Amino acid sequence: MKADVLILGGGGAGCSAALHLAQRGLRVVLLERGLVGSQASGVNHGGVRQQGRHPAELPIAIRARRMWAQMAALIGTDAEFEATGHLKLARNEAEEAELLRWNAMAAEYGLHPRMIGRNAIRADYAYFSDKVVAGSLLEEDGSANPRLLAPALAAAARAAGAILLEGHAVTGIAPGFVVEAKGQSFTAPVLLNTGGFWGGQVAAQFGEPVPITALNPNMMVTEPLPVFCTHNLGVVGGDIYLRQISRGNIIFGGGRGESDPAVPVSRPLPVPSFNAMQRAIEILPQLAGAMVIRSWTGIDGGMPDALPVMGPSRTTPGLFHAFGFSGHGFMLGPAVGAVLAELVVDGHSETPLEGFDIGRFARQDALADDTWKTRLE
Amino acid sequence: MKVAVVGAGPAGVRAVERLVRAGLRPMWFEEGPASGGRIYQRPPTGFSRDHRALYGFEARRARALHDVADRLRFACDWRPETLVWNIRRTEPVLDTLTRGTDRRSETFDAVLLCTGAMDRVIPVPGWTLPGVTTMGGAQVALKTQGVAIGSRVAFVGTGPLLWLVAFQYAKAGAEVAAVVDTTPFATKLRPGLLWNLATFLKGLYYVGWLRARGVPVFEGAMPRAIEGDGAVRALRIEGHTIACDAVAMGWGLKPEAQLADLAGLPFRFDAVQHNWVPGQDAAGRTARPGVYLAGDGGGIAGAEVAELAGARAALALLADHGVFVDPLETSVLDRQLWRQAQFRGALEAAFPFPAHLAAEMEDATILCRCESITAGALRAAAAPEMNRGKAFTRIGMGRCQGRVCGPAAAEVLAASLGCAVQDVGRLRGQAPVKPIPVALA
Repeated sequence: MKADVLILGGGGAGCSAALHLAQRGLRVVLLERGLVGSQASGVNHGGVRQQGRHPAELPIAIRARRMWAQMAALIGTDAEFEATGHLKLARNEAEEAELLRWNAMAAEYGLHPRMIGRNAIRADYAYFSDKVVAGSLLEEDGSANPRLLAPALAAAARAAGAILLEGHAVTGIAPGFVVEAKGQSFTAPVLLNTGGFWGGQVAAQFGEPVPITALNPNMMVTEPLPVFCTHNLGVVGGDIYLRQISRGNIIFGGGRGESDPAVPVSRPLPVPSFNAMQRAIEILPQLAGAMVIRSWTGIDGGMPDALPVMGPSRTTPGLFHAFGFSGHGFMLGPAVGAVLAELVVDGHSETPLEGFDIGRFARQDALADDTWKTRLE
Repeated sequence: MKVAVVGAGPAGVRAVERLVRAGLRPMWFEEGPASGGRIYQRPPTGFSRDHRALYGFEARRARALHDVADRLRFACDWRPETLVWNIRRTEPVLDTLTRGTDRRSETFDAVLLCTGAMDRVIPVPGWTLPGVTTMGGAQVALKTQGVAIGSRVAFVGTGPLLWLVAFQYAKAGAEVAAVVDTTPFATKLRPGLLWNLATFLKGLYYVGWLRARGVPVFEGAMPRAIEGDGAVRALRIEGHTIACDAVAMGWGLKPEAQLADLAGLPFRFDAVQHNWVPGQDAAGRTARPGVYLAGDGGGIAGAEVAELAGARAALALLADHGVFVDPLETSVLDRQLWRQAQFRGALEAAFPFPAHLAAEMEDATILCRCESITAGALRAAAAPEMNRGKAFTRIGMGRCQGRVCGPAAAEVLAASLGCAVQDVGRLRGQAPVKPIPVALA
């Protein structure tokens, strides 16, 4: 089968790229091993947040946030997106200082989170424990249902004329590009690598290996509780994140599960789960009376600097990467696809991608003094 | 050698008996306060009904099992009121929770999962009304607490339990409003049932006893709705409305196989019992070394078989770990298990799961009661398989994690896709097996 563009991997980024390329009139074939949105795109926390991001990610996050406001027009559903506000909490003075530092930086990008000090957070958020000393609220941030986004992007891409083939595990890739999947050959002059964790294997095939690891966010959900907390909650350091959905359940995560990407199979782990449960109660003491009804994880690609690899290949003309979103790519997915479509069709994108260059791992000095680097547990 | 047995029903008791006889002191986990399992569940301390009143024809069997179990407790690391809520995929570790507060992680060299079964239900309009329980729930209420679920109870479903529970309720003095068996009488005439003549005759006795006392019996009948406003008023079936204040419903059993799932065992769809079952050989060995299965948790076969299978799996476990086991004992058990399998096949055929009743469920019927998801919502989601159906609609995402609605939901989805039920797969298990407190940490 011949196409203009072949896409490997049907997460949010790949499905969005298929949609945007099809809208620009290109013949697109996307190959997905399982069902679209099965791994990192489908099992994550569902945060639609600019809050707390590395400055390198802010431009694309801001673009993505604009797209989320128009999601229903783009794909026929808002995937339960709600601008609930993202409240990032500080549990000590050093963390409070970190919130202020980020807020000052974000102002340069036109974002204006509201700092909530010690007295105000007591007065306005009685449900927090005394451990919480301050917070930074970005009201335009929110959340969506990750289980719905990638399938909806895929449906819209199909409606726009793209061919998305699920159950098509890639068994061979040759320059040119010729890709084998399910006993069939697919050829195209342009190849998009949106393979999540497995994107690292694709990059390595083209002589540009990256230090990627499987990242398995350890996620849990409680039984439904009376709704008391409408914001998405995060903390400086990222060791716990929570949100209460309108049904009342509290979804929270922290730490890492385990996986075998070769199968693929992934599982949460008890010890990180206990740690996350303890941290959750430390912030919201009333969770001590709630029950966890389910835990889960999936497989994402984690990079050492917690930033994705995104942009043109350094070895192979016609190859573009967008993978390794390090646990926070869900909200970016729609914009990543738009950017990839621009790179393919226009040769450039208005969205700055400098921080995502696949060549950066060879330049150790560039990584060392990054004061915005997120800790990868 | 560190051996763990999960469950103290018929399979668990007979397994532990063999392990103790071989000189081991196994860890023995039971979710309830006492051994006996659901089938021989015991009343709380201080209740005075004797075994004859509680277990009828099975009194001797129950007594024997209870006596053995009571002796074994002292030869084991006995952990009652303990939920095994996780078994790790890559490490030989069980995560347990005792009395809701005491959390532990236990390593094992071998584990025998005897996790039992639960009712298989088909939602009908009104099934979420107070006063509607599963067949097993109705029986447990009677056995443990000596109470009936209502004063005028209708029983609907199919399978041996339907007739047994109705009989037990009538004997205990409750009014049986009707027995509605979705299986036609002719379907139940199976020569294979003669493989276990005693059980077959007991079944005939229950039916005859109920008929003789004028209990209305409907065979080959389909329930249409449970009517009432805040409480059960009637069970409506094709052509009849049966006044009642409680309904027990159940269409056979399904394995409680979440731990087998978390252990990473492969599952297969067993067409005879119409259930997904974890893979095992005839002796209870599984694809994961050190993990064994016995009893209904590995596929529905009933309490008699569970006792045999528990013993057999324990012997397999011992032999695999270098302990001498008497080949005569294993061959006797193997022969008994084979014989029972012939009976079981006939029994399943005699009381088939009415998949069409689930498949034809009205759009407005609540399918997932935890999340209030209707059959229509699942059909509209057009998911290609069950886990996608869950992702799109929240079906099976509530407290029970799809243990109740899963089988019926699969029928609804398969019928709407026009494929066989096994082709829509099954809901993936996730820890915890049952809810655990956030405060556990």
